[in-house]
Amino acid sequence: MTTFALEEVQTHIKMSYMDAIVAAEIEEMQRDERVILMGEDLSIYGDGNIMTEFGSSRVWSTPISENSFTGVAVGAAMTGLRPMVALNIASFMYLASDQIINQAGKLHFMTGGQMKVPAVFRCTLYHNCAIAAQHSDRPYPMFMNAPGLKIIAPSTPADMKGLLKSAIRDDDPVVIFEDTNLWGSRGMVPTDADHLVPIGKADIKREGSDVTIVSISGCLKPALAAAKLLEKESISAEVIDPRTLVPLDKETIIKSVSKTGRLVLVDNANRTCSAVSEIAAIVSEEAFESLAKPIQRLTTPDVHVPASPGLEKLLYPTKEQIVSAVKKIL
Amino acid sequence: MPFNRMQELEAYRRMERIRCFEEAAQELYLGGKIPGACHCSIGQEAAIVGACMALRDDDYITGTHRSHGHPIGKGAKLNGLMAELMCKETGICKGRGGSMHLADSSVGIVGESAIVGGGIPLATGCGLSAQARGTDQVSLCFFGDGASNQGTFHESINMAAVWKLPVIYFCENNGYAITTSVKDSHGQPDIAIRADGYGIPGYIVDGQDVEAVYEITNAAVLRARAGNGPTLIEAKTYRFDEHNVGLDIIGEPYRSEQEIQNHIINRDPLKLFQEVLQERNVKQQDLQAIRDEVRQAVIDAVAFAESSDFPDASQLYDYMYSNPINYPANSTN
Repeated sequence: MTTFALEEVQTHIKMSYMDAIVAAEIEEMQRDERVILMGEDLSIYGDGNIMTEFGSSRVWSTPISENSFTGVAVGAAMTGLRPMVALNIASFMYLASDQIINQAGKLHFMTGGQMKVPAVFRCTLYHNCAIAAQHSDRPYPMFMNAPGLKIIAPSTPADMKGLLKSAIRDDDPVVIFEDTNLWGSRGMVPTDADHLVPIGKADIKREGSDVTIVSISGCLKPALAAAKLLEKESISAEVIDPRTLVPLDKETIIKSVSKTGRLVLVDNANRTCSAVSEIAAIVSEEAFESLAKPIQRLTTPDVHVPASPGLEKLLYPTKEQIVSAVKKIL
Repeated sequence: MPFNRMQELEAYRRMERIRCFEEAAQELYLGGKIPGACHCSIGQEAAIVGACMALRDDDYITGTHRSHGHPIGKGAKLNGLMAELMCKETGICKGRGGSMHLADSSVGIVGESAIVGGGIPLATGCGLSAQARGTDQVSLCFFGDGASNQGTFHESINMAAVWKLPVIYFCENNGYAITTSVKDSHGQPDIAIRADGYGIPGYIVDGQDVEAVYEITNAAVLRARAGNGPTLIEAKTYRFDEHNVGLDIIGEPYRSEQEIQNHIINRDPLKLFQEVLQERNVKQQDLQAIRDEVRQAVIDAVAFAESSDFPDASQLYDYMYSNPINYPANSTN
């Protein structure tokens, strides 16, 4: 066998979801000197390497002032910088709501297009880890209702890296929700620093023909697990990951429902006005004739997250519940 | 005498512009030509203009719902501002912002926030941006006595102090947040003293004396440009008219007619500065020429605004995003 001296270009590398976040941030900060990082205790939330690599004009360690440092980022975004704000625990982001909703989301509009707000607000969905009600909210539905924002919720390392980069390069304010339950999950990620995942494009994570399962963020795990279980009983499930919540790629979802006629929606958000409630309304309005059976929503009940782990575990949709929901409408 | 002759006349011109524009705005509002709410700065001209004259065109300012005076003070042209008050498509904000959100980026105005205290972090961010980019730009934040009780005041000044940001926090203390007096809402009535709590300099200035305001603001601006950090300035001023045009206060008035008249008669910043200029032998006809020029500019601005169109229904979704993606989504409306 002839051996050649081949230049092995590694096009993909295996990394974790958390590594993908940090890699995206570092690459974008290297690429564009206007990109800065702001937040509290950056080193304990994964950004320790960034603090070492970049100096104090690029990495701003803030006091505990979520409302105002979010506003500081918005002001900086309007005057030549591209800030990433690490808001961390999503339950704390409410303090920053005014600046995100009333300033970041509205200033481009209210100034008739004079101001741009190229800021990224990074929020982390902690849940199923016994840190109780004030640490465990999944608030993305509330922000979906505020016009002027883009909202992304990637579920795999490759999607995270590509979407976070797109968010940083986008000239509009983007809120990114990351799921802590996915932090350790590993996958193949393109090494190309310019590999971007487009905002507003869903991904079919598993093709199928009998039922459409749409899963939000960390629900991808139980959704894919459920699809595997269903396959054993010759039920073919198509699993769609919207990846972006606003603007939602409804075309991909509607196309799938037109094929399967059956829709099961899975979301870790609280039931009322969950992200999937919006999807259910859209499919009902725009693809009613395709539906053979009613749409099924699997969500967290409208209950506060208790500290006691046994109780908390009951809250979030499981693969078994997804399988039951599918069988209910077959 | 901090002002040279040219600056004296420019300060007078800008204050006169604000006064004349606001008087026209009040008339137009009462005549139904300006929709929504109209908050005027009559009586506060010296505080605004004195501060703005210490700034360059590339310095940033943020302001409040009482937003007309700030762009005028910073040198913005009047046509786009008047058209914006009338919510026309030729308005400086394309009719999307209206009276409370006049913003002219060509003179460094980043935004006027109707959320009381909402602009304070934004101005702080402008200062952070200048520092990060290594320029000598500064950021001046206009806010009122009411806003100094918002959490954003405390948080923002603290961060600016820690990071030595080039920000001038300029409080137009007119004594009242709508009907709530400073006496009834502040544990300590001199807002500038709060600066001590953050380790930054704080100064009280007579807000009706345009030159005094300029002098203290200029010192703060130079401090900031030299990298020596933020300053808090409290201009004691007074709002001659009601919080917004046409506001009806039922019951006991929150301030006496005597107090109001005393300020109008004895503390009018335009009259006071005119007296100073006359003492400095500025000719009456030169001042009259400025007044005539300003009156004509306002008349022209009103004519421009009245002859402009409103934005069209087809433009409802415009300016929502810099980079719209799948927007607007189809709606069944």
